[in-house]
Amino acid sequence: MNERENIFGRIREALRVAAPRPGHEHDSPPHLDAAPAPAGNTRQWLPLVGNSFEERLALFEKNTAALKADFFPVKDREELGRRLGELRDREGWKKIGAHNGELTNFAVAELALPLCRTDPGYEVADLENCSAGITECDALVAQTGSVLVTSRSAGGRALSVLPPHHVVLARREQLLADLPGAFAFLKQKYSSNYPSFISLITGPSRTGDIERILVLGAHGPKKLTIFCL
Amino acid sequence: MKSEHSAPIILPQCVLCNRMKVTLFIPCFVDLMYPQVGISMVKILERLGHKVECPEEIACCGQPAYNSGYWDEAREVAVKVLERLKEAEVVVIASGSCGAMLRVFYPELFAGTVHAGTAKTLAGKSYEFSDFLVSKLAVTDLGARFPAKVTFHDGCHGLRELGNYEQPRRLLAHVRELELVEMKEKVCCGFGGTFAAKFPMISTAMGEVRCAQAHDTGAEYIVSNDSSCLMHIQGLLDRQGSRVKTIHLAEVLAQS
Amino acid sequence: MNPVAREFKANARRLTADLRHRDLIQTALGKYEAVRDKTKAAFQDWQAARQAAAEIKWEAVNHLDRYLDEFVRNLEARGTKVHWASTGRQAREIILGIIREKKARSIIKSKAMTSEEIHLNEALEEAGFEVVESDLGEFIVQLRKEAPYHIVFPAMHLSRGDINELFTRELGSAPTQNPEDLTMIARGVLRQKYLAADIGFTGANFAVAETGMISITENEGNARLTAALPKVMVTLLGIEKILPRLEDLALFLPMLATIGTGQALTCYNSLYGGPRQPGEPDGPEEYHVVLLDNRRTELLADAEQRDALHCIRCGGCLNVCPIFRNVGGHTYGTTYSGPIGSVITPHLRGLQEWKHLSYASSLCGACTEVCPVKINLHHHLLHNRRNASRQKPSLAEKLTFKSFAFIVNRPGVYRVVKRAGRLLQKLHPLVKGTRLDPAYSWTRTRELPPIARQTFKEYWRNRR
Repeated sequence: MNERENIFGRIREALRVAAPRPGHEHDSPPHLDAAPAPAGNTRQWLPLVGNSFEERLALFEKNTAALKADFFPVKDREELGRRLGELRDREGWKKIGAHNGELTNFAVAELALPLCRTDPGYEVADLENCSAGITECDALVAQTGSVLVTSRSAGGRALSVLPPHHVVLARREQLLADLPGAFAFLKQKYSSNYPSFISLITGPSRTGDIERILVLGAHGPKKLTIFCL
Repeated sequence: MKSEHSAPIILPQCVLCNRMKVTLFIPCFVDLMYPQVGISMVKILERLGHKVECPEEIACCGQPAYNSGYWDEAREVAVKVLERLKEAEVVVIASGSCGAMLRVFYPELFAGTVHAGTAKTLAGKSYEFSDFLVSKLAVTDLGARFPAKVTFHDGCHGLRELGNYEQPRRLLAHVRELELVEMKEKVCCGFGGTFAAKFPMISTAMGEVRCAQAHDTGAEYIVSNDSSCLMHIQGLLDRQGSRVKTIHLAEVLAQS
Repeated sequence: MNPVAREFKANARRLTADLRHRDLIQTALGKYEAVRDKTKAAFQDWQAARQAAAEIKWEAVNHLDRYLDEFVRNLEARGTKVHWASTGRQAREIILGIIREKKARSIIKSKAMTSEEIHLNEALEEAGFEVVESDLGEFIVQLRKEAPYHIVFPAMHLSRGDINELFTRELGSAPTQNPEDLTMIARGVLRQKYLAADIGFTGANFAVAETGMISITENEGNARLTAALPKVMVTLLGIEKILPRLEDLALFLPMLATIGTGQALTCYNSLYGGPRQPGEPDGPEEYHVVLLDNRRTELLADAEQRDALHCIRCGGCLNVCPIFRNVGGHTYGTTYSGPIGSVITPHLRGLQEWKHLSYASSLCGACTEVCPVKINLHHHLLHNRRNASRQKPSLAEKLTFKSFAFIVNRPGVYRVVKRAGRLLQKLHPLVKGTRLDPAYSWTRTRELPPIARQTFKEYWRNRR
């Protein structure tokens, strides 16, 4: 008998006695096959997200500010290009990392800096030398001020976390209301073939491990800038 | 007239004045060390027009043995309580921790035994004192007067097992000239029954934190609905030489 | 009392008298509490969320065979190698086996309490491999050669001065009291380790059965780097971490963050479903998941306490526990401290040896009140006490309670004992507070109230 069988054997043996359902400790034991927990009401318990797109955009903006991430809605490509240039100059970027994508290609062209392209492959040392990693994303989540990325939409696992500045190029239509929406979106988009890496990024990297004092840029990016076209 | 075989549906109640027969359960430490708490409760209940009876034969709910894990020995004590209180119309308990024992833990203690039903019934008709006044009698103003600045310490059993947060405060709100200042958080005083003797240093540390929080409010009195908490807190205050005094909620409410 | 219990008491005695420690912990927790309460208040219905979370975990744990099977099938379908470990020793052997097979030399780790549970680091170091903890708090306690103080905040007990002293001594870094500078020192050191590590080792917060993914919640980004750069990734997790569906994360991620750190969400909540897929530019070439039992199935078999396996390791119960706040995480002397640790350690490591943790509680219930998945924590402490006394009753205690029952059930005896008590009280001042005092455990630090001149029962009898 291998360990898998041993463990499953013990589990099945253990589960022969039913445990009371939460809140019903003193009732008679339930049937294990009774109706499962009601799903899909999560939305009603999580924080409010507003009813209109404008409200949600405002919520996203409020949340990102509280997280010390920078959020810039931009009118058009022209403004995006200009702001990217300003950012490059202000931050003193020397080299950037990016992946192939409609918006990222535009950004790379605008910035005119030495580039580390992560797809189809790259040297880690090369990416480590980048001042910023520029990625697209799968979605923005208003409820928490989060950016949803995957290894497919954001050029792999490291591009959005290794360089000290992560720049996200998003579109207005990508704004989702809440977390239930984000997971439903993932399921709908990828359910036949998920990427091996998915992440909800909520602000720049931080730690409170020293006396609970907030420090940004613990290991991941110290700066997170989100442009929304 | 009560039938032997049915639940006491015809209660000894005065139709004219809604008078109840209240069985007041006074646990041993209240009996021995804080009789004035029990006396205050009797006074208040009689003033409200109810008949009070205090069973001589029972002195303990069985919690010490129960908390220590000796449930057989706890049942020995508790079964006496069950028998004595079986016919009671309503039971009022002079402490949150004993109240929790009757309401919450007796059903667990007697689950699967012949007493399971009796325990459940007793649980349903037992109340901690402040809960009885506010929830059952719908009384919040006892015409009391207590001119002092006080803070309120919630005994954990009363607070979390019984959910009695509002009741004491609604009663205190109607006490004339009383000023209530809340402590910064609801936290255990550190008594915990046998815990106080088994882990005295932890118990003391917790009590010291609680005393400091009480001192921070500037209150002259710490009021609580649990005498066991007050015994622990007062014991520490005395050792500290503090001027703050402890007093049970019933004693405050009995003052006019 | 067994040596483990004796050590607990000795440490508790020392820590409860350490006012500096008490202040540090109260301050840290005070900051956390303010944000926690604010974030909790933003929920439209926190209590309903708790109930739902409890029910989802009930479903997962009470159908563990079904969901575990689904999880593993989905994982294996996309190239992950799944290993099964009944014991900690087996888990260590499996992991060592992977390391040796890959001819790896350096391992970078992100935080994994399960790895503490099986004492993985010691085993790896003994076998000659370099193991570096990448989470800042874990990195700090690793340098200090001590266990994590708290399951979420490993270095909670240290001041910036302590950390500065540690870094200057162990890393030769420039002295600084600034938390940001200290963090950057660690970041610099660990950067090199990420880039050079052969193996990235992680734990997991959740395991999603429906999609075959593990979920990691963090703030620093160290787990993301651990899972991105090394060629081989290994994840160790307890079998109870299962969640049935992807959508369950929409509830669990914010609840974990709210109670764990007071955040609406932590910085990075990442899902890993396998090694690098075709077309992906990076990620490990090999992904191993090690599923650990280590007596969890024994806890599972205890239907009364099975819900302890619902735990999402948020640390919330530790933070509200007045015992934890006063004795600190190290005093517990075992991986999982606080109320959850006190509940499960007897099951994972032996009832008689670890029952004292269940007794070291005033049963205030704050833990049960805060638990996001509604584990009946403080009642389980009572259950442990009952189980321990049934298994090995103490004659002295049994006698005490039998005598107590004898006294309180007989009004005549009660009266006699009361009179004797009054008499003894007169003599009490002679021995009060000394070792001869039978009430020493009380009077050592507290005054004892006298038996009243007229007890209530005496008053009541006189009334009639």
